[in-house]
Amino acid sequence: MKVLAAAAVALVLALPASAANVEHGKQLFGQYCVSCHGPNAEGATGQRYGGTAGRDNQILTGLAPSLHGVGALAADFYLRTGYMPLKRNGIQPRRSKLIFGERDLQDLIAYVASLGKGPPVPQPDPASGNLAQGLHQFTDHCAGCHQVVAEGGVVTGALPPPLEDATSTQIAEAVRIGPYVMPTFSKKAISDAQLNSIIAYVQYAKHPDDRGGWSLGHIGPVPEGLVTWFLAAAVLVAVCMLIGKRLRE
Amino acid sequence: MSRAKDILLSGLVLVASRGRRKPRKDAARIVPDAGPNPGAETAAILLLFLSGLCGVAFVVVYALDRIPHQTQFLGLAIGGAFVLLAAALITTGLKLIVTEELADEYPPNEHPHEQQLIADVVEESGSRLTRARLFKLGLAAAGGGVAAAALTPAVSFGPFLRIKYFFGTPWRPGRRLVDENGRPWKASDIEEQDFYTAFPENDPDREALGAALVLVRLPKASLRLPAELRGYDADGILAFSKICTHAGCAISLYRTPKFAPDSPKPALVCPCHYSTFDPAKGGRVIFGPAPRPLPMLPLSIDKQGYLRARHNFDEAIGPSWWGVRNRSANP
Repeated sequence: MKVLAAAAVALVLALPASAANVEHGKQLFGQYCVSCHGPNAEGATGQRYGGTAGRDNQILTGLAPSLHGVGALAADFYLRTGYMPLKRNGIQPRRSKLIFGERDLQDLIAYVASLGKGPPVPQPDPASGNLAQGLHQFTDHCAGCHQVVAEGGVVTGALPPPLEDATSTQIAEAVRIGPYVMPTFSKKAISDAQLNSIIAYVQYAKHPDDRGGWSLGHIGPVPEGLVTWFLAAAVLVAVCMLIGKRLRE
Repeated sequence: MSRAKDILLSGLVLVASRGRRKPRKDAARIVPDAGPNPGAETAAILLLFLSGLCGVAFVVVYALDRIPHQTQFLGLAIGGAFVLLAAALITTGLKLIVTEELADEYPPNEHPHEQQLIADVVEESGSRLTRARLFKLGLAAAGGGVAAAALTPAVSFGPFLRIKYFFGTPWRPGRRLVDENGRPWKASDIEEQDFYTAFPENDPDREALGAALVLVRLPKASLRLPAELRGYDADGILAFSKICTHAGCAISLYRTPKFAPDSPKPALVCPCHYSTFDPAKGGRVIFGPAPRPLPMLPLSIDKQGYLRARHNFDEAIGPSWWGVRNRSANP
């Protein structure tokens, strides 16, 4: 009997997933998301909390927005980057280790997508984009916060992240959502063709052509003078000590 | 022409006929003899010629425009030339040039009487001055005056006297707002949670400080414009000068919260020193070194739906300077 049951379970587990299981997604939602987003994902915007000395007595109102109508696009972005679940309310979402496996991700995304009509997961095509156009568009809309080769930057109150881990789909999603304090670029502002060019540029920027030579490991705005002072000066002092002779006392 | 030939000929004769100095047969050597060092000599000569070769290699690599990693080869060539020259000179200095150390005491004070005389001369020379201190004060005054005169032109680094570019912008009543390609902006193009750049229509000088604007749209219910800027928006669309009032960088960051309760407010931020301006309050500075709010351009929407300026800015645009608040643009 036990062998039969085990065999049945093995058979069921071996069946390929034909469609995402929205019911299972709802269970996962209840486990991980309800505490902020509410039991029906309607959001929680009225509660006041905080006001402790440890948080500078800042009182926050509202835990999380409603997820009705956000669509698979938003769920796919926030879940696959690990932005959600958020560790604590009121902080900037960051890329983190995923706690969900692929099946669970698909189920959860399907559940959120079922909460009202929203945009589907985008299918960008960066190969059809124009790199030069992408640089121009990126400089116009994105480089102010993300830096011209997407190494990340600073804004008052937030840290626009570097884009080296962003997949093409995630870039397309982020542009349409505008997560945390990022602007939201609709299709009117950045068309899908322009978005393909921007994505092509961001992918290029992950391994830019370092024409100048040694890129110092892309560690950021470090002036070449630092290389001179820390490396060349030390070498010069060492050479002087080697070739010089001390006065015999 | 013949004069040049004369000079060349006489130069050649002088060079060719310079005599070898005859050795002093009777005198002993001054510099002690140390014998030849053929190994070091060969090394030094080799290094010198290699250094020359590297220098020539630089010229060759420079001329061959299309080789890959040309920058790296150029660096290697010139660096090699210098390093090999240094190695040759170090070898020469350490192994070839005869060196000796000489140590001696300082000589005794030879002429104490003469030194005292000089001190007396200096003292007696100034005996005709009856007001020595006043004289010295005069010298100090003259020196100070000259120094002040020398430093004063530094004031001209700032727009102390040429400030018309900060007041005279291309914005006139009725001027349409266009994007960087010259296409006029419609009010319906401007969406919330995005930011746009605008220029005056038909103005060739895009680089003028007063030309560039940053446009944002906020919900009208969230606007808290001060009294003097009441009505400067057009259906919630706000236009600000794009030039930061701190040091003149272009404002290219826009912070737009998606979930207001937990995020900072909408704000325009400058990338240079992070001066942060609150558009809902008419460009008020909420963080950073900017000393005055971002100037706001009053907008209107015409019958076809295009955005137009109502009149010029009320104040100076661009970076701030001493006395910037003392003048309004339209007195």
